[in-house]
Amino acid sequence: MSAPQPAVLAEGLTKIFGKFIAVDHLDLTIATGEVVGFIGPNGAGKSTTIRMLCALLTPSAGRAFVAGFDVVGAAEEVREHIGYMSQKFSLYEDLTVWENLRFFAGIYRVPRALFPERGRFAVTMAGLEGREDALVRTLAGGWKQRLALGCAILHRPPVLFLDEPTSGVEPEARRRFWELIHRLAAERVTILVSTHYMEEAEYCNRIALIDRGRLVALGSPGELRRRNLGGTLVALECTPLGAARALLREAPGVAEAAIFGDRMHVLLEGGGLDAAGLGDWLAARGVTAGKAQVIAPSLEDVFVRLVAGRRAEAKA
Amino acid sequence: MSGRRILAMAFKEMLQVWRDPRSLAIALLMPLMQMVLLGYGVSLDIRRVPLCVFDQENSQLSRTVVQQFTASGWFRISEVLDRERGIREAMNRAACIGALVIPADFSRRLATTGVGPLQIVFDATDTNTTNIAMGYAQGVVALAGAALDANWTAAHGILPSSVGRIDLEPRVWFNETLDSRNFIIPGVVAVILALIGAQLTSLTVSREWERGTMEQLISTPVTPLEVMIGKLVPYFLIGAVDGAFCLLAAVFWFGVPLRGSLGTLVVTTALFTAVVLAFGYLISVKVKSQLGASQVALVVTMLPTTLLSGYTFPIDQMPAPIRALTLLVYPRYYVTILRSVFLKGSGLVQLAAPVSGLVLYAAVVLWLAARAFRKRLD
Repeated sequence: MSAPQPAVLAEGLTKIFGKFIAVDHLDLTIATGEVVGFIGPNGAGKSTTIRMLCALLTPSAGRAFVAGFDVVGAAEEVREHIGYMSQKFSLYEDLTVWENLRFFAGIYRVPRALFPERGRFAVTMAGLEGREDALVRTLAGGWKQRLALGCAILHRPPVLFLDEPTSGVEPEARRRFWELIHRLAAERVTILVSTHYMEEAEYCNRIALIDRGRLVALGSPGELRRRNLGGTLVALECTPLGAARALLREAPGVAEAAIFGDRMHVLLEGGGLDAAGLGDWLAARGVTAGKAQVIAPSLEDVFVRLVAGRRAEAKA
Repeated sequence: MSGRRILAMAFKEMLQVWRDPRSLAIALLMPLMQMVLLGYGVSLDIRRVPLCVFDQENSQLSRTVVQQFTASGWFRISEVLDRERGIREAMNRAACIGALVIPADFSRRLATTGVGPLQIVFDATDTNTTNIAMGYAQGVVALAGAALDANWTAAHGILPSSVGRIDLEPRVWFNETLDSRNFIIPGVVAVILALIGAQLTSLTVSREWERGTMEQLISTPVTPLEVMIGKLVPYFLIGAVDGAFCLLAAVFWFGVPLRGSLGTLVVTTALFTAVVLAFGYLISVKVKSQLGASQVALVVTMLPTTLLSGYTFPIDQMPAPIRALTLLVYPRYYVTILRSVFLKGSGLVQLAAPVSGLVLYAAVVLWLAARAFRKRLD
């Protein structure tokens, strides 16, 4: 072997359920120690991809290697080398914190001598000191998720797949969860984590944007922002928002207009309206508009742009 | 195969059963209830059958015959009729199952010919009860006949010419000693273990699918065989407790004589428990919802077990195709084994055929279950 092998390698990975193409020729390479965020709306194919990489679903086409093992031909080796947190919380609610840890330590054959220390580590990591004998059912969402992560890393897997680990967890607990992810990454653990919280994407080394089964963009948050927008982004307050959006989408020089909270984000591609003229243009058409400000694009802007582009292509 | 993983699986399963009052109740209280219900409810013995009497003669002799019926304990006189038409009315009102008719010339014909004609009319709506009641009636008549014979002999110094009555006598004694309970209870034990066992394990895999824990479990390197063994071990212990309870109840509560060895009983019961649990596990693997699995387990064990195991309906009386079908009904082997061990005192050597039937069954079902468990979501 010459080049260091990637922790995750997917080539043309495809999954078809009946007539529905859940994942469509996805290519993805993740280097050891990377934290890659898997971003996309519900039903985009994030979970299906993760499940194929965990050898839980058989790909319809393409191939994938995790920690160097083929997810089809060497499924058991793949399972030895990964930790997985499914989208739905999946520890045993009728077992205590410690019983869950002991169960997964047994299943992963963590050496008995090492278990007390690793179990303790997981309890500390989850912030569950003193609650080892509490039934998992009685824990709040954030603690459950951190315990699930603790169970998934008892055997110190080199690759972790986390499927929306922070969904339904309050912001403070989400922030703590991401701290844990980065501590693991610092120890060269490779992590693929899916989320639909755009702001969480900023925590990742690289982001894979996925929409309707296809990988739309792949790169670091900064790269994606620079590369994919191709224009000037401005924000302005206006009322009514719906009418403003309808008007702007037909306006000359406007590539995209989207509502963000109580403001419009408008992408200007040049050659038509500019930031200064936007307010007057809207006012002339019966929409009250504030002053337009040029803003740095967020990942959500990028995503809206990319997805809208794809939708337009699909229609054409 | 890793002992460590099996142990982890078994321990986890044990904790879950312990903390699930519903499972535990099914496991430990159901056998108790069923033993009482089936043990007492299903009896082929019938006591105090309501009988109407239409005594046209009303002599001392005819009254003695009626008394013989009540004294036997099998019959009670529910009504005394004064006309023949009353019989149909009484039966329509369900006031009686049978009617004893004594003709007006009963004593005279007995004295002259040596044969006193009696008529018993039965309501054969429930053929089973009727058959049994008819058996009892013949027994009573034979007994009465024997008494009359003694009187006749005393009076005339010679035996009467009628031999038919004497023929019936051995059947009386046979009927009196053979309590159908001895035959039924071992079957009840088999039925209970078959039903409970399949119920217990039918939930074990489907529960994990429903709660979402299965997805986590199959993402680990645990093998289907380890999952199966780990999950079956705790239920095997519960099954053993249930089996011991049922067998103890059979011997000490229902008083079924145990003529065979305890060892044979333990070995065959353990084997049967393994088959039953494996069968429930197979259902659990195939049907991914708890409700569905439990229903399937109930249907596929209840009907064949009660109808085709030979527990109530004798297998050798069934038509050939049905008889062939019973070979697939695993409780039939255990019913045969239990009856033989209890009543005939058979050992493993004599029971080689049904025991190998169970062994084969266990092997096939376990193999199918291990194969059916797939560590994939698609």
